[in-house]
Amino acid sequence: MNMHTSRRNFLKSTGALFIAIPFASHVTAQGRVAAKTVDPAQVDAYLALNADGTATIYSGKVDLGTGLRAAFPQIAAEELGLQIDKIKLIEGDTLLTPDQGPTSGSNGIPKGGMQLRQAAATARQALIKLASEKLGKPASELDAINGEVRPKAGGAGVSFASLVTDKGFELKLDTKAPVRDPKTHKIVGKHVPRPDIPAKATGRFVYMHDLEVPGMLHGRTIRPAVIGAELVSVDESSIASIPGAQVVRMKNFLGVVAPDEWDAVRAAKMLKAEWKGGGLPTDSAGLRDYVKAQKVSETEALDKAGDFASAYASAPKKLSGEFYWPVQSHASMGPSCAIADVKDGEATIWCSSQGTHRYAKHFATMLNMPPNKLRVHYLDGAGCYGMNGHEDAAADAAFMSKAVGKPVRVQWSREDEHALDPKGPAQVITQEAALSADGKIVAWHTTMRCPKPTANLPTIPLLAPVEADAKQAKGIATGSLSSGGKPPYDVPNLLVEVHWLEDTPLRPSHLRAPGKIGNCLAVETFMDELALAAGKDPVEFRLAYMSDPRGREAVERVAKLFNWDKRVEPRRNGKGRGIGYTQYKGDETYVAIAMEVDVSADGRIRVTRVAATHDCGQIISPDGVRSQVEGCILQTIGRTLYEEVKFDRNHVTSRDWASYPILTFPDVPEMKIELIDRPNEPPRGAGEAATAPVAAALANAVFDATGIRLRTVPFTAARVKSAMAESGVKFG
Amino acid sequence: MASITLTVNGGARTIDVRDPDKPLLYALRDDLKLKGAKYGCGLGQCGACTVIVDGEAVRSCVMPISAFAGKKITTIEGLGSPEKPHKVQAAFIAEQAAQCGYCTNGMVMTGAALLEKNPKPTAAQVKDALAQNLCRCGTHERIVAAVVKAGGARG
Repeated sequence: MNMHTSRRNFLKSTGALFIAIPFASHVTAQGRVAAKTVDPAQVDAYLALNADGTATIYSGKVDLGTGLRAAFPQIAAEELGLQIDKIKLIEGDTLLTPDQGPTSGSNGIPKGGMQLRQAAATARQALIKLASEKLGKPASELDAINGEVRPKAGGAGVSFASLVTDKGFELKLDTKAPVRDPKTHKIVGKHVPRPDIPAKATGRFVYMHDLEVPGMLHGRTIRPAVIGAELVSVDESSIASIPGAQVVRMKNFLGVVAPDEWDAVRAAKMLKAEWKGGGLPTDSAGLRDYVKAQKVSETEALDKAGDFASAYASAPKKLSGEFYWPVQSHASMGPSCAIADVKDGEATIWCSSQGTHRYAKHFATMLNMPPNKLRVHYLDGAGCYGMNGHEDAAADAAFMSKAVGKPVRVQWSREDEHALDPKGPAQVITQEAALSADGKIVAWHTTMRCPKPTANLPTIPLLAPVEADAKQAKGIATGSLSSGGKPPYDVPNLLVEVHWLEDTPLRPSHLRAPGKIGNCLAVETFMDELALAAGKDPVEFRLAYMSDPRGREAVERVAKLFNWDKRVEPRRNGKGRGIGYTQYKGDETYVAIAMEVDVSADGRIRVTRVAATHDCGQIISPDGVRSQVEGCILQTIGRTLYEEVKFDRNHVTSRDWASYPILTFPDVPEMKIELIDRPNEPPRGAGEAATAPVAAALANAVFDATGIRLRTVPFTAARVKSAMAESGVKFG
Repeated sequence: MASITLTVNGGARTIDVRDPDKPLLYALRDDLKLKGAKYGCGLGQCGACTVIVDGEAVRSCVMPISAFAGKKITTIEGLGSPEKPHKVQAAFIAEQAAQCGYCTNGMVMTGAALLEKNPKPTAAQVKDALAQNLCRCGTHERIVAAVVKAGGARG
């Protein structure tokens, strides 16, 4: 087999992640673990067949509570021909897993899973070839089944373990290796329970927050009340009464460490420090105007068809509107947490990052050490929906550990999590469209204003290195914020543009379906406005402009599932229904959502019923997809109704769950979800797509209920009430 | 240093107390290594830290340890195990009622406390009981289904 004893022992213990305390005996330096290839071009990077008949798969993509931990073994088991319970999974460990890029953009299955499938297909092909020599039978007569290569016609087979040498496969991943025909799938597409849920339901699962490393201290960062303030002085004597508490200061980076966690919390509160300067260029109330006035660094035409300007100018019926999506937080249930052990020129970091490989490089730069001296382990954190504060907490811990020479665990407070997590940025989207005299769409123009992704800009994304004035790798992209501005309809004269803005007040990040919920809100409520202007029912009107049969099926089936009642004029009696449709990122998953709302006289919106159809191509893990679709819908109802980060000219002021409310149990509507499985199509992501049409369907339902177009998120009761008062809307 | 004796999961546990205002959550997680209850907000707003004290669901992140002398505390570890789960835990597993699962402790403990008082709650009663428990991933529907299932009433 291809494992050295030391590595086998190592893996045995890391495999115990779900049980007891993992890693405790493995606070090892980089070189103490035997080398294993992590080259994404090699089969051995992704999988190893073990002498005991099990297989270990290595994934650079991680499970963020999304069920990949079930889906990856399904893919590997199916393709290899091995029982799923014989598969062990190692996720995100930068020393052992290939760098498959961060787990973002709903690409876990479409990219990570498909690389794994191809590696397993290459391995199966190799195993069959080896067995063919051993058994003296042609490869075409053999198949890999339950850990053996056997004659298809029956008879004795040979075990995988007996076919592989100590060195592993030593094969390049063959991107053309034939994969199994979906018709023969026995594991892919079937329900496989998630392996982590029993431990999670009984309090045994070891989250990042629960990990302890021998000798570790507890660290807490102290950040100024005004963003960007400089640290003038620190009075270390102010925490003298706390046993073992120490101050860590590197320029404007300030932290405390203590052996006891509660002592660290107390010390962080007690420490007296003086700050000066800093501030924000606007407050949240002024942000919309700020975004509109912000300097445009570049205007990009994303899609063009025909000649929008002349078609619009000559059309008889024109509509326009402006939409606003506010700054929103990941608002993770648990605040960010990480452990770092930095000493003797090496570092080990335990972190819940969605991009351990990417951030290993980041951390190495920041600590001024070669990347091969640093290892990042992945452990589950509280759900993040893009980049939240996980990596910041790791940077905090790394600086503190380096300063005190011991492992340091940092956990942010709730206030810090709400205030400091990098956030989904604000968007202003404008729409202009025109109808011909006979009610056909002839021209459409979407303009989006979004902060320029920070990639390749000197913008520095992690807090601690900025504060400590340490080197930092280049920034991150904020997740194709401008995707989804193109209407998913056949429009003859189209112009989709984005104005990239130089700056935005709070650190931008990718928050679930970055930009796309707001863009879809603008496009899809506008489609409803056009339907009304054309005197058509919204579903009928959409279908008239859709040629993609998969998109049509999603819309037609959701109308049936919802029992859609055809109507042109809004009902205006406080009850309404609306629809939203998207093809995620323009060429990925198809989603249609229909929604029913009650709007009360005080402006409160209650979503009572939701129906969704979801076509992400081949489904690997049906319950995993369903769970993601449920989560997308519910989370986005909350984002649409309630969520807006509030800030003054100093800092974020919405720092708890009272000031940043999210969806709660009484808000949960009845949901019907239909998954459309297409085994012969490539699998697409399910982690974000169903978020995109939620705000649009909701706004369209509110219009049906009230005759009011909501174009500013969140749709708070106060905002709806004042809109109703302005328009003289009354029910009953 | 003063010490305090707590009854946790049926056993007496003595903890050194330097600060009587230290919240129970820190004693459970750091002193007793019972990590099932989670720090979510430290403000009593989200429910991730819930434990059952004398039959009531209590937020351990805000209640000082000194308030618990002589009281019976049950944590999620004491409720059941993967091998012998409590009926609420078994229902969460059956319904696959977790995404990230960070809030699961609070949901399970609040659900278990509800069943003690109302053995067969309806979905509406479960939603009401969980109204102050937050879930960010959007697992609400499954969580409600799990608690209803554990009680055996028809949703």
